[in-house]
Amino acid sequence: MKKKIFSAIMAAAMVMSLCACGSNTASTAPSEKASEAPAASSEAAASESASSAASEAAPTGGKLVMATNAEFPPYEYHDNDKIVGIDAEIAAALAKELGCELEIEDIAFDSVIPEVTSGKADFGMAGMTVTEERKQSVNFTDTYASAKQAVIVKEDSDISDIDGLTGKIIGVQTGTTGDIYASGDYGDGNIERYSKGMEAVQALSQGKVDAVIIDNEPAKVYVSENEGLKLLDSAYAEEEYAICVSLDNKDLLDKLNTALAKLKEDGTIDGIVAKYIKSE
Amino acid sequence: MLENLQSQFILNFVNDDRWRYLLNGLLVTLKITFFAALLGLLIGFVIAMIRGAYQGTGKYKIANAICSLYLTVIRGTPVVVQLMIIYFVIFGSVRIDKSLVAILAFGINSGAYQAEIFRSGIQAIPRGQYEAGRSLGFSYKQTMLTVIMPQAIKNVVPTLLNEFIALLKETSVAGYIALEDLTKGGDIIRSRTYSAFMPLIAVALIYLLLVLLMEQVVKLIERRLHKYDKR
Repeated sequence: MKKKIFSAIMAAAMVMSLCACGSNTASTAPSEKASEAPAASSEAAASESASSAASEAAPTGGKLVMATNAEFPPYEYHDNDKIVGIDAEIAAALAKELGCELEIEDIAFDSVIPEVTSGKADFGMAGMTVTEERKQSVNFTDTYASAKQAVIVKEDSDISDIDGLTGKIIGVQTGTTGDIYASGDYGDGNIERYSKGMEAVQALSQGKVDAVIIDNEPAKVYVSENEGLKLLDSAYAEEEYAICVSLDNKDLLDKLNTALAKLKEDGTIDGIVAKYIKSE
Repeated sequence: MLENLQSQFILNFVNDDRWRYLLNGLLVTLKITFFAALLGLLIGFVIAMIRGAYQGTGKYKIANAICSLYLTVIRGTPVVVQLMIIYFVIFGSVRIDKSLVAILAFGINSGAYQAEIFRSGIQAIPRGQYEAGRSLGFSYKQTMLTVIMPQAIKNVVPTLLNEFIALLKETSVAGYIALEDLTKGGDIIRSRTYSAFMPLIAVALIYLLLVLLMEQVVKLIERRLHKYDKR
């Protein structure tokens, strides 16, 4: 019996620590009330009650877990022992707006959405393009950046434009929009799917694939860091990045959108983007 | 619930013919496993003979040293690292069939373990058998090939087949070099449908079925090998 009570308390504590921020599902709200909610929620009520009507699980002083794939410069990458980049800084600014502590979790790109849908992370921010298929699994916030799918080839390559890709072997990162579009356009047989964008580029340098399709900004970084590679002038596709949030978590979605709008207005986002991307 | 499962099934396997990723992946996995097992068998047998000869007769000192080094390096490093070294370093600047790379990597890896299995099998044969062979006038080689090995192989067959089962499961890291094996096939579906349950469980079930099948084969072979044993 003691064990049972203990485990119940532990479970409640876990729910508290994990879900204090962001989630506002029916199950967590009562448990929070019942267990003498710490100062956090009363503070939240004071500061945020005006903006959000139903803020029982007010995200103040809690943790906001962000799932990302930190191999995607300049949006997110490891610098020394920290994950930095445009997404990481925007997320930090958003967390500050919401009064939460940000925790960044580095995981394979194709696992970012499962992390969010299963509730292991509160939101996913990984230079992720809004697509119809992804909308079936998650909600997207307003877009915060636009991007292109670029094509990297070797400097001495005979591929001069997008049309030249037909029948060539194309390297991509599994699950990225580059992978999904290219698989449709050029056929599965011509696509080689690497776990990391970097590995696809490495394969290109070594002549194992003829071209790599990947988001424009990381592509620029890869090209500048590897000898003998170049970008094609024409982009393969245009798209927009947004933050993904679990379908059940409308509350967090609204809050993120509000915070995003505010950060866009006061120039914070432009500032962060300008810091990482030097316009030509 | 049931309806949900059904729609999940359709989404993950039927739409866009996604089951093809699993089927093609399965074929790749089987191909790699089969040829890697053969390569490993060859490497393992040769190494066990060299090491056995060195222990028995003191000959082949250099070859034995090379074999020891090989065993240390291969058994001391993870197979996925070996795979990537072969793909990105050894075959650094050539376009090479990735299945071949995987067969080489897994074959060389498995060979190290199979060598030890063979060696333990040879050592398990009582010394008297060897002495009997020699006193009948057989040379070392003849004794090994006609007296020791037939008995040793019978002992190691079950362990060897277990190594093949382990090998089958180890090939699941082939996705690291963008080879689309069974696991990677499941990963690709997962990256398209964003659902974890169906693709992962399906992949797991297919591996399980393969292993069960292999275990049946082990049992069959074992029974046949021991047909004439007095027990």
